Amino acid sequence: MNSDTPKNPQRSSAGGPPPTSAAQDKASEPDWANGLRQLYDEVVEEPLPDSFRNLLAQLDSKD
Amino acid sequence: MSDAKRTAAEKADFKRELTEVVPHLRAFARGLCGRADMADDLVQETLLKAWAAQERFQPGTSMRAWTFVILRNAYLTDMRRNRFRGEYDETVAERVLTAPAGQEEPIHLSDMHRALLTLPPERREALLLVGAGGFSYEEAATICGCAVGTIKSRVGRARAALNSMLSEGNIPQRSIDDHGAHRAILEELDEVAAGQGGSRA
Repeated sequence: MNSDTPKNPQRSSAGGPPPTSAAQDKASEPDWANGLRQLYDEVVEEPLPDSFRNLLAQLDSKD
Repeated sequence: MSDAKRTAAEKADFKRELTEVVPHLRAFARGLCGRADMADDLVQETLLKAWAAQERFQPGTSMRAWTFVILRNAYLTDMRRNRFRGEYDETVAERVLTAPAGQEEPIHLSDMHRALLTLPPERREALLLVGAGGFSYEEAATICGCAVGTIKSRVGRARAALNSMLSEGNIPQRSIDDHGAHRAILEELDEVAAGQGGSRA
């Protein structure tokens, strides 16, 4: 098992359970679970409103 | 962080990374507070705070995780000031999410969103981070400032609640529309903000 490579030294000394990830739960996800990602991804893919472009453009002068 | 002041190149890098995470901040904020206009206000507030605090950012670490911490803290503060009341955003598309095999009504994306907004804030944010944002439990725990086990427990409870609401079609029309519920949420928020949320997950 090479998934235990101590990339993160905090983990190797703990001897606890292996790192977990959301992906491991995927098999047991109910049908609606991808709706959460849809809600999120839908916003991520929206074009950025001008108000954000303006705000970002003004940041440099805020020092 | 050896120098207190960042060079121009470092500032440019910071700004580029900050710009890249804006869509993710908007998505996280929308999930937390429901309404698009309030969510965007929250993101703008977050961007200004992040810019002001940029010398505390460690280059090479996750800008998304760092800014999410700022955003959630701003959200908790605003929530305590009663700015957000888990209002449902009517603009979410009435898209069919699942079409059950039987005779039941299909689940819509708007049902999902409404159900999400009925969850206590700390469970909602845990589920958003892990189930929508794709963070690991460890990353989500760091963002929320609590133990990994606490995050797992919150995600588990959030999933169970959504499962029950969505599979039974038992979704409240309004999430927070009575004083008792609102007060209970504010009390929970105080615990979460004080870092004690872990004791009861």
